Amino acid sequence: MNQVISQWSHANQERAGKILDAYPEKRSAIMPLLYIASLEHDFASPDAMREVAELTGVTPAQVLSVASFYTMFKRDGVGKYLVSVCTSISCFLQGADEVLEAVEEATGIHHGETSEDGRFSVEHVECIGACGGAPAVQVNYELVEGLTPDKARQLIEWLTDSQPEVVLTDEMQQLFGGQRSFDWGSSEPEGAIAPVPAFGPYGSVGEDR
Amino acid sequence: MTDLILTSRMVDHPADSHTIARYVDTGGYKALTKALSEMTPETIIEEVKASNMRGRGGAGFPTGVKWGFLAATEPRYLVVNGDESEPGTFKDRQLLERDPHQLIEGVIISSYALNVHHAFIYIRGEYPKPARRVQRAIYEAYEAGYLGENIHGTGFSLDITVHLGGGAYICGEETALLNSLEGRRGEPRLKPPFPAVEGLYAKPTIVNNVESISNIPWMINNSGIAYAAIGPERSAGTRMFSLSGHVERPGNYEVVMGMTWRDLIYDIGGGIPDGRELKAWIPGGASAPWFVPEEHLETLVTIDDIAQAGSMAGSGAVIVMDDTTNVVAAAHRLVRFFAHESCGQCTPCREGTSWLENVLRRILDGKGRPEDIDLLLEISNGISPGLAWPPAMTTICPLGPSAVSPITSITRWFMPEVEAMIGGSEVSNV
Ligand SMILES: Cc1cc2nc3c(=O)[nH]c(=O)nc-3n(C[C@H](O)[C@H](O)[C@H](O)COP(=O)(O)O)c2cc1C
Ligand code: SF4
Ligand code: FES
Repeated sequence: MNQVISQWSHANQERAGKILDAYPEKRSAIMPLLYIASLEHDFASPDAMREVAELTGVTPAQVLSVASFYTMFKRDGVGKYLVSVCTSISCFLQGADEVLEAVEEATGIHHGETSEDGRFSVEHVECIGACGGAPAVQVNYELVEGLTPDKARQLIEWLTDSQPEVVLTDEMQQLFGGQRSFDWGSSEPEGAIAPVPAFGPYGSVGEDR
Repeated sequence: MTDLILTSRMVDHPADSHTIARYVDTGGYKALTKALSEMTPETIIEEVKASNMRGRGGAGFPTGVKWGFLAATEPRYLVVNGDESEPGTFKDRQLLERDPHQLIEGVIISSYALNVHHAFIYIRGEYPKPARRVQRAIYEAYEAGYLGENIHGTGFSLDITVHLGGGAYICGEETALLNSLEGRRGEPRLKPPFPAVEGLYAKPTIVNNVESISNIPWMINNSGIAYAAIGPERSAGTRMFSLSGHVERPGNYEVVMGMTWRDLIYDIGGGIPDGRELKAWIPGGASAPWFVPEEHLETLVTIDDIAQAGSMAGSGAVIVMDDTTNVVAAAHRLVRFFAHESCGQCTPCREGTSWLENVLRRILDGKGRPEDIDLLLEISNGISPGLAWPPAMTTICPLGPSAVSPITSITRWFMPEVEAMIGGSEVSNV
C-alpha cells in the first residue's frame, strides 16, 4: 500500500489505512479515498484514480466509473474556492438566480468554469439542505444561509482580499449570512482547506493541518 | 412537560446539545443501559412495533414491521439514511448537527435489537458539518464505552462507520445508497430482493432514516404504547416538518400530526409574507403533487389524509408558493432537478425528464406551442402511465414518476395560467 501513496502526506497515508479498516470490503473505501486523493492531487485526477484503484483492488476504469457518477469528485481542476450556489426550488423562490448572477459577475466566470488565476470555481447546484435559510451558498462545501445578491458579492470580494486558508462556515455566516434554517447553536472550529468536504477522516479539516 | 420527542434538548440547551456531557446530563444513554441490561432483542422489536411509528424517509413504512422482515443469516447490517437531498428538506441536517448522540443511541439500541455488529451512517457529501458533529460524537461514545467491544460489560459489541456521499440525490433511494456504500455507482437495484434479505454486500440489511432512528431512545424510555398514544392512530408520534419558500417563519418544526394545513402554514409558519396570498404548496418534498388553498387548507396533516387527497407526506418538506409565483417556472425548476438527478438506467426516466425540462424551458422562453400541454402530458404518461397517484411504475425506482408531479399539478390547478403563457408566446412570436 505505502508504495502507491508514498507521496501522500503522512497524515493522509494514515487516514487511508484507517478508512480501509473501517469497511468489511475494500471496495467500499473508493469514495472516501477519492476525497483524500483529490486533496493530494488537487482534484480527482487520473493519478488520483490510479492510486485509489490500487488501494482498493479494482481497476482504474472502475474507479473512473464510480467517480464520474458523482458531482463532488471533480475530474477537472478546481479553483481554491469552489462556490456552489443553490438554485433549487426553495432558493429559486427566494431569489437564488439573482444571487448566482451576482456571484458570476463578481468572479467573472460562469457555471462550471474556473477563473484563470485558479482562485475560483463557480457552479449552480441542486438543493443543499438549507431551504429554510434560502438562498443558500456553499464555499468548499461550507455553508452560508440567507444571502442576498449584495452579500454574495461581498462574500466573493472578501474571499479575494483575505484569501482565508481555512473556510469557516460560522465566520461566513456571521459576515454575510442572514436567515438560517434553524438555530446553529454553538460555533464550529473546523473548516475546509480545499474544495473537498472538510470531514476529518477524509482530510481537509483545518485544525489538524 | 414538553411534548417534543426529538428537539427539546436542542431547544433547551442551544450551546451544547451536541456534546456527550449535555446528552448524558439530560437523560441520554439511559435507554441504552435499559435496553442492553433489561431487554431482549425481541422485546425491543415488540416496543417498536407497538409504537406504530412509520418511517420518516419518505415511504412511511412501519419501522417495526420492516425490522420483522430481516433475514436470519449473519452478518447483518444497519444503515442509517442521512442522504437528505429531496429539495425542501433540511430536518435531518438539524438532527445530525444538534443532537448526534440521540441518533447514535438509537443506532446502538437498534443494532442490539437486530443483532447487528457493524452499522453505517450515510451522510450526503454536502453535509460536512453534520458529518463532523456525528463523527466527533462517535469518538465520544467509544471513549465512554457506549461503542466498541463488549459495551458496558453486556457482551454486545458494535462499530459505527460514517460514510460521506458524493453528491447524488438518487443515493437517498435505499438500494442506490447500498450500492454507493459498496463503492459503486449509485444506481437503484431491482426489488426484490429487498435489502432486508439481500442488502449491503448481499447480506440482510435494514435501512432507516435519521429521524426514524432518532425516535428509538424515547420509545425505549417511555414504551412503544406511549409513543403510539401521541397523535392520530396511523400517524403516531411527532414529526419534523421543514417549512420553506414564501412563508413568514421558515424552519423545522417538530409537531404532533393531525392539525390542518391552515394551522401548519398560518399558525406555525406565520402565513405568507408581505400581505401576499397563498397560491399553492408542496406538502411532502419536490416529488409530491401540489396542494392548493381552495381545496386543501382544511385537509388534515396526517400521512393517510395527505395520501387520500392525492399527494404524500413524503420527507416532511413543505414548500410554500405565494401569488407572485410563476407556476411554469416553479415546475421547470422541479423537473430540472429530476432530469439532473436521473441515474439514467431506465429510458422513460432518462429521456422523459429531460424532454419535460426542455418543453417547460421553451414555454418559459416565450416559445411555447399550442400542442405543448398535450405533449407534456403525453411524455408524463410515458413515464407514469395513467398519471395516477400513487403513480404506476415503468421504472426501477420512483424518481422518474416524481418528475411528473409538477406537470400534473400545474395542468390540474393552473391550466388557464399555463395556456396564457403559451398563448402569450404565440402572439409575441408573430
Ligand atoms: C429517489 C429517492 C430518494 C430518496 N431519498 C431519501 C433520503 O434522502 N433520505 C431517506 O431517509 N430516504 C430517502 N428515500 C427513501 C428510502 O428509499 C427508504 O425508503 C428510507 O430510507 C427508509 O427509511 P424509513 O423506513 O426510516 O423511512 C428516497 C427514496 C427515493 C425513491
Ligand atoms: S427511475 Fe430514473 S433514477 Fe430511478 S432507476 Fe430508473 S433511471 Fe434511475
Ligand atoms: S432549495 Fe436551496 S437549499 Fe434547498
